[in-house]
Amino acid sequence: MAFWIASSPHNHNQTATSALMRLVIYATLPGVFAQWYFFGWGNIIHISLAVMTALTCEFIVLSLRNKKNIRKQLFDGSAILTAVLLGICIPAIAPWWISVIGVTFAIIVVKQLYGGLGHNPFNPAMAAYVMLLISFPLQMTSWQPPLALMTAPVDFANTLSIIFTGFTSEGYSVEQLRTTVDGFTMATPLDTLKTNVGLGFTVFETLENNIFGEHFAFGWEWINFAFLIGGLALIAKKVIAWQTPLSFLFSLFVCSFIAYSISPDSSASTLFHWLSGGCMLGAFFILTDPVTGATSVKGRLIVGALAGLLVYVIRTFGGYPDGVAFAVLLCNMAAPLIDQYSRPRTYGHTLKEHDNEQKGLK
Amino acid sequence: MESIIERISQNKFWPFHGGIHPPEQKTLTSSKPIKQLSLPKQLILPLQQHIGRQGDLLVKVGDKVLKGQALTQSFNPMAVPVHAPTSGIISAIKKSVIAHPSGLSELCLFIDVDGNDTWQERKICQDFTQLSRQQIIIKIADAGIAGMGGAGFPTHIKVNTKPDINFLIINAAECEPYITADDLLICEQSEAIVDGIRILEQLLNPAFILIGIEDNKPQAIKALQHATKTIEKINVCVLPTKYPSGGEKQLIKILTGKEVKSGTLPIHSGIVVQNIATCFAISDAVINDIPLIRRVVTLTGQALQKPQNVWALLGTPVSHLLAQTGFVTENEANETNPPVIMGGPLMGFSILNEQVPIVKTSNCILAPSRIEMPSAFDNNANEVECIRCGQCAEVCPSQLLPQELQWSAKAKDHQQLAKLNLFDCIDCGACAYVCPSQIPLVQYYRIAKAQIRQQQQLDIKAEKAKARFEARKLRLEKEKIAREEKHKKAAAARKATMDKKPADSGSANSAVAAALARVRAKKRANVQRVAGDEEQTKVNESLVSNNEIQDEKTKTTSIEMDDKKAKIAAAVAKAKVKKEQTELLQATSSEKIKTAPAVTDDKKARIVAAIAKAKATAKAKREQQEQKEQLRVASNEEQAQAQEKQPKPSNEESK
Repeated sequence: MAFWIASSPHNHNQTATSALMRLVIYATLPGVFAQWYFFGWGNIIHISLAVMTALTCEFIVLSLRNKKNIRKQLFDGSAILTAVLLGICIPAIAPWWISVIGVTFAIIVVKQLYGGLGHNPFNPAMAAYVMLLISFPLQMTSWQPPLALMTAPVDFANTLSIIFTGFTSEGYSVEQLRTTVDGFTMATPLDTLKTNVGLGFTVFETLENNIFGEHFAFGWEWINFAFLIGGLALIAKKVIAWQTPLSFLFSLFVCSFIAYSISPDSSASTLFHWLSGGCMLGAFFILTDPVTGATSVKGRLIVGALAGLLVYVIRTFGGYPDGVAFAVLLCNMAAPLIDQYSRPRTYGHTLKEHDNEQKGLK
Repeated sequence: MESIIERISQNKFWPFHGGIHPPEQKTLTSSKPIKQLSLPKQLILPLQQHIGRQGDLLVKVGDKVLKGQALTQSFNPMAVPVHAPTSGIISAIKKSVIAHPSGLSELCLFIDVDGNDTWQERKICQDFTQLSRQQIIIKIADAGIAGMGGAGFPTHIKVNTKPDINFLIINAAECEPYITADDLLICEQSEAIVDGIRILEQLLNPAFILIGIEDNKPQAIKALQHATKTIEKINVCVLPTKYPSGGEKQLIKILTGKEVKSGTLPIHSGIVVQNIATCFAISDAVINDIPLIRRVVTLTGQALQKPQNVWALLGTPVSHLLAQTGFVTENEANETNPPVIMGGPLMGFSILNEQVPIVKTSNCILAPSRIEMPSAFDNNANEVECIRCGQCAEVCPSQLLPQELQWSAKAKDHQQLAKLNLFDCIDCGACAYVCPSQIPLVQYYRIAKAQIRQQQQLDIKAEKAKARFEARKLRLEKEKIAREEKHKKAAAARKATMDKKPADSGSANSAVAAALARVRAKKRANVQRVAGDEEQTKVNESLVSNNEIQDEKTKTTSIEMDDKKAKIAAAVAKAKVKKEQTELLQATSSEKIKTAPAVTDDKKARIVAAIAKAKATAKAKREQQEQKEQLRVASNEEQAQAQEKQPKPSNEESK
């Protein structure tokens, strides 16, 4: 009798890429829930839109590329994850075509045109986000204030209406929704801080604004906290590596701490930096994207630290209020080089040999 | 070194990078004693069961062999003999599928077992401490012992090293899941194993002996501790269970904190590692004079009804073992055949069919069920693209970057693979075990390694061919120069001969010359007579010129003998006469009658010439023999030259 021939190892721990992707998607749930709690249905609608667009785009491109087993690749979770992450980043009451264009760009251009899963040099969600931010700055910065601060109530039907038509059923426009009773347009805490510091206000004065709430950033702090919890769960499950988030947060902490120590009037506190904008989402869900990040332990630490520095620099000195997406893209560019110079020393090789190998002198 | 022992005595070890914790599944077989099997009907013994070379056959088909009788022998140190595992008759010596991942066929001895199990005469050694080093090494070599852990390196070479090494490490880690062969052997034969270790101690005189054993074998640890408690030098080191702690390099790292330098052997760091089953085989060979003819094999997996460890004779076909343990195949329609793995689930290889025999390195036969090990059945169907998650790099015990290696292996970038230290990969399979994309990483590395080795061999071949070509070019150049030199000389000599000739042509020669002139005159007359028949004349002339070329050759050989030149000239003349006569004879039948008188007229001249010729030919022949070699090489140029020069002498002669 002939036996079945296979190559060793014959055993496998039965993990699968799609399972990892699913776990990451589940881990975003606390954050998405917090977003829903503070900003209403907007993000959930955008996420749904994005997922549907992503699956359509993925299916079209896979068909065009004559891939076998399309069903399996379609539902490997990678496209859905990209869509979910982009949906989270898009302002809750942005028009519907923002997420559709963004995801189409993410899936077709950033992911599939570069070779599909595992071959894209840039994080699709962040590349799409940056594309949207540059192309449609108005729509992409029109974050509504948290529900509690809004003058007009926005329920599911109204949100749906404003996303698809630009007006709520009562006739409020996006601009009107973002306006306080006093007639000021409310921006995100990061945006507000940046503008006010630029206008010569101290940070302390700026924090009086009720957009910052009792602690650091009303609503946003809890959303970030929820993403932190999801991220910690992923680390506990060993889905993502702990090095990148740790070094990212540490680096951001150090940068903001130095600035805060030197000039507390013009610098926000370290915890404000941690708990506002896309900090935790970036730390645990974006930077940890294995495809576009560094692979070695040392490399991950370097990428994380670099991203922390970049986020701080962009937030403080750049033209945009938040810098996570830009920092991620820049780190994606640097990752192959960092990988090249952060290879571990192989067993049985001396450090000197290892250095020479890295320098290509072998 | 003292600090190492201090650390070890505190039960502290060095960690090695990476490693995995696959389900151990050792309880399937660990609680049952090693079973003695009935004799199989036929044994299939591959001649080569180890790294190195196969020995030369000592038996032929039809020979009756006794248990323990050597069947091959060789004086090559890398060859290890095989022995008859039981008595029987050699029924065939032919190629058969061997226990190798390639599934290739190699030369095997087929023994029809007679069932008597008759031993050859044995000499039991009462006290091995009386034996000299050399005697022990010869005993080990003659017993055909090769490392029983997996690689099968000839043991006598490993132990025949300069003594006074730092560490003798006995590898009892048995880190692969499922396998319990060493575990059970230690439990049942700890005394014999310790004897084997003491023999090794006598050979190597190590400063310390460390037995590395994983903590998942409590019974065996107890047995070893009990058996070694009187020996100060031996430390039983209980290691945390982690695959692949039983890898030679990993075990050295765990126990001593040292790394074996890439590309070197442990012995270069003063360390010798031996498998514990090898120790048992050594004690059996040295003390009981039992060559390596059997080993413990774990028969396990959920496709077997009665998984158990057995004493299997080498050469036992897997079918016999499977039959003994109740191998059940899920006989579903259109189902693929189940895999049967020789070795463990991580480094073992699936065997081609049930005819594959047990060899010296086979420690386990694993027949998994589909539920138990789905990945053994799926033929890498679940492979997807690498997402660079880096889990492979985290578990790699050699601290390589498996995912980068994989990219380069797929791209066939051999230079990059070398840079990434592909050849430090130990094929442990940890990376592929954890890969969420289910990429058969080890398979990619194996292919890449094979391609690189092949390329290296081609490069060596090309290098050799180049050297050969250059040597040939040089030689041809030299020969050409030598030849030209020789031709110059020859030409000069010939010229000298020609110049001297008229002066010398005296008494004896004049007769010949006269005769020659006469013949020529006649011939010319004949030729004129048949002038009408132009075609034939042409034929004749061409024949003449051809023959003259040959004559010229003979001439050149004799040209240097200046003193005898007259005789030679005569001989040549004679030959020419004869030739011309034959030519004439060969000419048209109408000419025949007219030629005959010319021949008779010439008789006198011929006799004189014949005497001269007889003398000359003897000389010429000798000379010719000497120059034949050079002549043959130069024949082309020679002929060309001869053709150029040919008209000249013939003209002179006709004068």
